[in-house]
Amino acid sequence: MSRLVIWYGQLTTRRRLWTKGALLAGGAALWLLAFLLLPALVMAALGFTKRGPYGEVQWQFTLENFRRLLGYGLMEWSADYLLILGRSIWVALVTTVLCLLLAYPLAFFIAGRSRRTRAALLGLVMVPFCTNLVIRAYGWMLLLGHQMPPARLAQLAGFLPPDTGLYPGALAVFLGMVTSDLPFAVLPLYTSVERLDWSLVEAARDLYAPRRRVFLHAILPQTLPGLTAAIILTFIPAMGAFVVPDLLGGAKYMLVGNLIQQQFGASRDWPFGATVSLALLVLTLIGLFLFRGREGAGERG
Amino acid sequence: MSGEQGELRVEGVSKRFGEVAALCDVSLAVARGEFVTLVGPSGCGKTTLIRIIAGLELADGGRVVLGSADITRLPAHRRPVNTVFQDYALFPHLSVRENVAFGLRSRKRPPEEVERRVAAALEMLQSEGFAQRRPHQLSGGQKQRVALARALVNEPEVLLLDEPMSALDAKLRAEVRLELRRLQRQLGKTFLLVTHDQDEAMTVSDRIFVMRDGRIEQAGTPAEVYEHPRNRFVAEFVGAANLIPVTASDGAVQAAWGQLTTLCRPPWQEGILAIRPERVRLCTQEPAANGLRGRVRELIYCGAHVDLLVEPASLRVRCAPSAAVQVGDEVWVELPPEHLEVLSE
Repeated sequence: MSRLVIWYGQLTTRRRLWTKGALLAGGAALWLLAFLLLPALVMAALGFTKRGPYGEVQWQFTLENFRRLLGYGLMEWSADYLLILGRSIWVALVTTVLCLLLAYPLAFFIAGRSRRTRAALLGLVMVPFCTNLVIRAYGWMLLLGHQMPPARLAQLAGFLPPDTGLYPGALAVFLGMVTSDLPFAVLPLYTSVERLDWSLVEAARDLYAPRRRVFLHAILPQTLPGLTAAIILTFIPAMGAFVVPDLLGGAKYMLVGNLIQQQFGASRDWPFGATVSLALLVLTLIGLFLFRGREGAGERG
Repeated sequence: MSGEQGELRVEGVSKRFGEVAALCDVSLAVARGEFVTLVGPSGCGKTTLIRIIAGLELADGGRVVLGSADITRLPAHRRPVNTVFQDYALFPHLSVRENVAFGLRSRKRPPEEVERRVAAALEMLQSEGFAQRRPHQLSGGQKQRVALARALVNEPEVLLLDEPMSALDAKLRAEVRLELRRLQRQLGKTFLLVTHDQDEAMTVSDRIFVMRDGRIEQAGTPAEVYEHPRNRFVAEFVGAANLIPVTASDGAVQAAWGQLTTLCRPPWQEGILAIRPERVRLCTQEPAANGLRGRVRELIYCGAHVDLLVEPASLRVRCAPSAAVQVGDEVWVELPPEHLEVLSE
C-alpha cells in the first residue's frame, strides 16, 4: 500500500498523500456536513410535518403544506402562493437580464482603460458591497418618495397620479435588485472581457464580417464563460432576495423570499416555511439545469 | 497614374506609436503574382506594414494603392486582401469547415457556391480529413493549413502572411515553406510574407525587403541581397558574414594584417569589407593574392560542413567536412577579390 510516488517533485507514498488530503479538506467537509447538509435534510423533513396550534412543529407526516402551496387551502382554491412563486421567477429573470445589459458594456469599458484606471473603476463597482443593503434600500425609499424629483417628473408627465410616489412598487423593487446584484454580473464579465483575444475580432473583420457577425462569432463566444457565471451569480440571489422586496415592494409585491421569512417569523409556521424553501430550491435547480443543458447544446451545435 | 492590375504599391507610408516611429516613409511595389517577403528583426516595423495593408492599422501618412484604387482609408472588410495571422486566429467555436466558409458567408454568397468553394479550398490544402473538427483538436501544421484555406477561399488579390510559421517546429517549417511556394505558383497570386527568419525569406521569395528601424535597408532577389549586401546590417542579418575593417587610400586597400585587392574601389577612406564564410578558400600554400597565414583556433562541426575560426582576424571559413584540418594547425586562406564586397557605409 505504501508505494512510493513522486507528487509534483515531492517523494512520498500514496498513503501519506491520502492522509494529508483528508486532513486538509476534512475541516471544510465536516463544516458543510454539519451546518449545511444536515440542516438542509432536517428542513426538507420539516416540510412534511404539521404546525401545532401554538406554532410548534408536530412530527406527523403530511402533504398538507404542498397542497396549500398549490392553492388548496382551508377555503376555496386560490392562486396566491403560485402567484408569488411566478412573480419571484419573473423578478429574478428581469433582474438578471437588466444586470447583464448594464454589465456587459460596462465590462468592456473598464477593460479598455489603463491599468490604474481599471483598478479604480473596479473599486467603484464594489462600493455597494461596503454599504449595508438595508441602508441602500432606505436610500431608494427616500429618493422615490412622492415629493422627490423622480416622482414629481412622473406625476407631471402623467404616468403617476398626483401625490403618489414611485415607491412602493415593482419599479422600486427592480431598481433595488439591480443595484444590489450588478457587481456580481460585472466582475465575472470583466474577467472574461479582459482576457479577450482581439486577434479573433481582427480575423473576423479581415474576413468581411459586418458588426453583428463580428460580435456573434469573435466576441460573444469568448465571453460565454463570464456570461454564464454572471447569470448564475445574479439569478440565484435574486430568486431568494427578501430584504429589498420587503422594504421596497410593499405588501402587494411579495416575493418568495418574503413569504419564507414571514412563515419562519411572524406566522410561526415553520413546516410551511420549509415547504416553500424546498420549492424555491427545486425551482432554482431546475432553472440552472435548463440553462446548463442549453449551454451544453450550444457548445455542441 | 493608374497601376497595373493587381499591383500593390506602398507610397511613403509612415506610422508612429506614441514616441516610437514604427515606419518612416516606406515605399515598395509588388507586382501581381509575385512572392515578396519583408524580413527583419523584431520591432523593425514589418508587421505594422502588413497590418496597414490589411486595414488593421491606419497609416499616419502615405498611401496604399492596389491596382488603380487607393485603399489607404478603406476599412478592412472592404479590402480584397486576406491575412493569415501569426497564431492563426481560428474561431474556436466553429469547425474547420465553418472557419473556411466564414468569409464567403460574411459576403452572403449562395450556399451552393460556399459549399463548392470551401470543398475546393479544403482539398487544395489536404484538409478534408479533419473538416469536422474544432481548432483545439488540430495540430500546429493542420491549423496552419486551415488558416491558409480560410484566407485563400476568398480569392484575395493579395494574401498577407504574418509570421505564419513561427509556431511550427523546424522540420515542419521546411515542409510548409515548399508547400507555400508551390501554392503560390499554382494560384499565381500575390503573396506578401512577414518573417524574422532570413532562411525562410531566402527560400520562398521572388524578392525580399530587408527592414530595420522602420526603414527598408535593401530590396532585391534573395541572390542579389545575399551576394551583394549593401551595408553591415544586411550582411550580418542575411546569412553569416566576415566583416573586415580596412582603410583605403590611392586605390590600395589595407587590412590589419596586410594589403587586399578588391574588384571595385571603395568610395570611402575607412570602412568595411564583407565576405561569406563559404567564399573564403582554404589553401595548402600561399595564394597569388589576398592570402592570409593563420592558425585554426576553433573547429565547429555542422554535419554538412565544418566552420573554422582562423586567427588573426577571427575569420570564419566554411569548408567540406572531409578537410583534414585540426585545431592549432597553421593554414593559408585566400579571400578571392570577386567575393570581397565593399559595403557602402
